[in-house]
Amino acid sequence: MEFFGEVAAWFADPANWNGPDGIPARIGEHLVLSIVPLAAAVAVALPVGAWIGHTGRFSNLVINIANVGRAIPSLAILALAAMLLQRTIVDIGLRDSASEIVTMIALFFLAIPPILTNAYVGINEVDDQIVEAGRGMGMRDLEILRRVEIPVGLPVILVGVRTAAVQVVATATLGAVVATGGLGRYIIDGIAQRRFDEVFAGALIVAALSIATELGFSFIERRATSPGLRGRDTAPRELAQAGRPGGI
Amino acid sequence: MSPPAGPIMGAMQDATGAVVSFENVTKRYPGSDSPAVDNLSLTVPAGEICVLVGPSGCGKTTSMKMVNRLIEPTSGRITIDGEDVMSLPAVELRRRIGYVIQQIGLFPHLTIGDNVAVVPKLLRWKDQRIRERVEELLEIVGLDPAAYAKRYPTELSGGERQRVGVARALAADPPVMLMDEPFGAVDPIRRDRLQNEFLRLQEKVRKTIVFVTHDVDEAIKMADRIAILQKGGILAQFDTPAAILANPASEFVERFVGADRGLKRLSLGRVGDLEMIEAITVRAGEDRTAIRARLDRVDELDYALLVDDQDRPLGWIDQQDLRGSGPINPEAASPGAPTVERETTLRDALSGMLGSSVQLGVVVDERERVLGLVSVDAIGERLRAPVRAADGGLHPVGEAAS
Ligand SMILES: Nc1ncnc2c1ncn2[C@@H]1O[C@H](COP(=O)(O)OP(=O)(O)OP(=O)(O)O)[C@@H](O)[C@H]1O
Ligand SMILES: [Mg+2]
Repeated sequence: MEFFGEVAAWFADPANWNGPDGIPARIGEHLVLSIVPLAAAVAVALPVGAWIGHTGRFSNLVINIANVGRAIPSLAILALAAMLLQRTIVDIGLRDSASEIVTMIALFFLAIPPILTNAYVGINEVDDQIVEAGRGMGMRDLEILRRVEIPVGLPVILVGVRTAAVQVVATATLGAVVATGGLGRYIIDGIAQRRFDEVFAGALIVAALSIATELGFSFIERRATSPGLRGRDTAPRELAQAGRPGGI
Repeated sequence: MSPPAGPIMGAMQDATGAVVSFENVTKRYPGSDSPAVDNLSLTVPAGEICVLVGPSGCGKTTSMKMVNRLIEPTSGRITIDGEDVMSLPAVELRRRIGYVIQQIGLFPHLTIGDNVAVVPKLLRWKDQRIRERVEELLEIVGLDPAAYAKRYPTELSGGERQRVGVARALAADPPVMLMDEPFGAVDPIRRDRLQNEFLRLQEKVRKTIVFVTHDVDEAIKMADRIAILQKGGILAQFDTPAAILANPASEFVERFVGADRGLKRLSLGRVGDLEMIEAITVRAGEDRTAIRARLDRVDELDYALLVDDQDRPLGWIDQQDLRGSGPINPEAASPGAPTVERETTLRDALSGMLGSSVQLGVVVDERERVLGLVSVDAIGERLRAPVRAADGGLHPVGEAAS
């Protein structure tokens, strides 16, 4: 009980709300660390997954990427990225933000599998009859994708993005291991200095941010889904859902 | 958008059917030794319904899909008003051919109005024109735009969805429509209604329709001409329903059409061909003495027909119910009067009437209002009195109708 008192005191301390290592600044860093790789992963994996789902070609690729992605722990991806890339990044003169860049690259690879899989599955699962109706009415391939397959598959596609977002937000914490900013600092530094109230507070903020991400994306999903599709099975697909937990 | 010249566009502008012609069309799927469609040649005159019928796997769908190039023939050609379908880009062609598929295929994420608007949007019509067209079409297929345009497909019954499918196919007023088992997914009674409705609609729009079914009775009812296909995509017979029933070209056709060919000929006649008897319609609360007097004036009728305030039939009132005086008791009406429409085949009408206690059919219009009655006797009379057909031959019942 005493411990929770200490955590509450930590939150109550105005010093923890100001300056470069205050909560708002750390949340800001954490969000930048998360949003950049997430946006990049969406930009790459959505079109690729959608196109593979549309044509049905290279679908083995999606399945393999999903399986491999699922098998490698987040920390390993981060370590691998650090090992392979840190030198190069420093060499091209980005020494100051090298750890941020390495972390973002790792998070980018982490976000790819769920987005890719659900984009593929969402499009691939659209009823063939509907697609053929569109083709029979004179839609071109891109029109079928844009007017039929994407809107009908959207609920499933967005679940993939949400899964990736939550994973990225939770895992960005690990960046602190390679010396980034973000909420992971409280945890890593707290452990190093045996300030467990700070460790616990940091973990609470990460959890809160993950939940907020989850809720925010759920809200977007509901708004973006046509009322005509309500009540369909939009449960996250097996492949994407089995993402690793946000930790190590 | 500047429309390409040519018959397909030309036919579109006067909004009636175009001649669809198959010339030695063969389709061989890759990896298959035997063709799915074998050297098919037939011509569908403008404005007619041609039904492709045959057992499962005989190549009906394949033949139909070659018209809008969802499947491309291995050899031979298909023309619309003389123009080779291969001469237009496939998407252009398809936007000018209405298409209704087996499961209707409405887009679940779009409202009914937006579903109907798909092809006009692809053709980049102005918004105003699209809105007007959507309203017009929903009214044509009997769906109130105010009530339906903003709803989604899941909120409609099977029959309603089917009508939306037809409206959507008609949107850009195509000269040709392709329909693959469009009534396959509805129950028999609703199916009869939808068929009748569609025949009434076709009276007005006069499209050239290629219609696929595996149901001979549906083929006989809907077709101006029937193409019977047999396994391997071979055309077994192509003729009017009456001619096929009178002279099946082969043992296969004879067997496919069925042993009850004589009875099936009844399907050639329509309720609208029969002499109707005036119905004595009464409403709840009418005086029994007055009803008896009205009923006495008609010799052949022993029953009055109770109707609701919209003139829709509720049930029969017999002499027993009319004994005494005072207002009639609506509870007394015996329900189960079989209703038929003018487009119902005599065969379906007869089977409905034989199955009910009072052997009279109540003829109703598209709003289910009573028009009159037909009797089993009247159908019997048609059976006994062959009519002289245009070709000078004697044909049994129904020939006059087709
Ligand atoms: N895409 C395809 N690839 C290979 N073979 C096909 C393909 N589509 C159809 N077939 C074969 O071609 C034949 C004709 O098929 P089609 O779908 O035209 O039959 P159908 O008369 O419409 O049958 P049904 O009444 O069952 O719908 C069948 O033997 C079928 O297996
Ligand atoms: Mg078929």
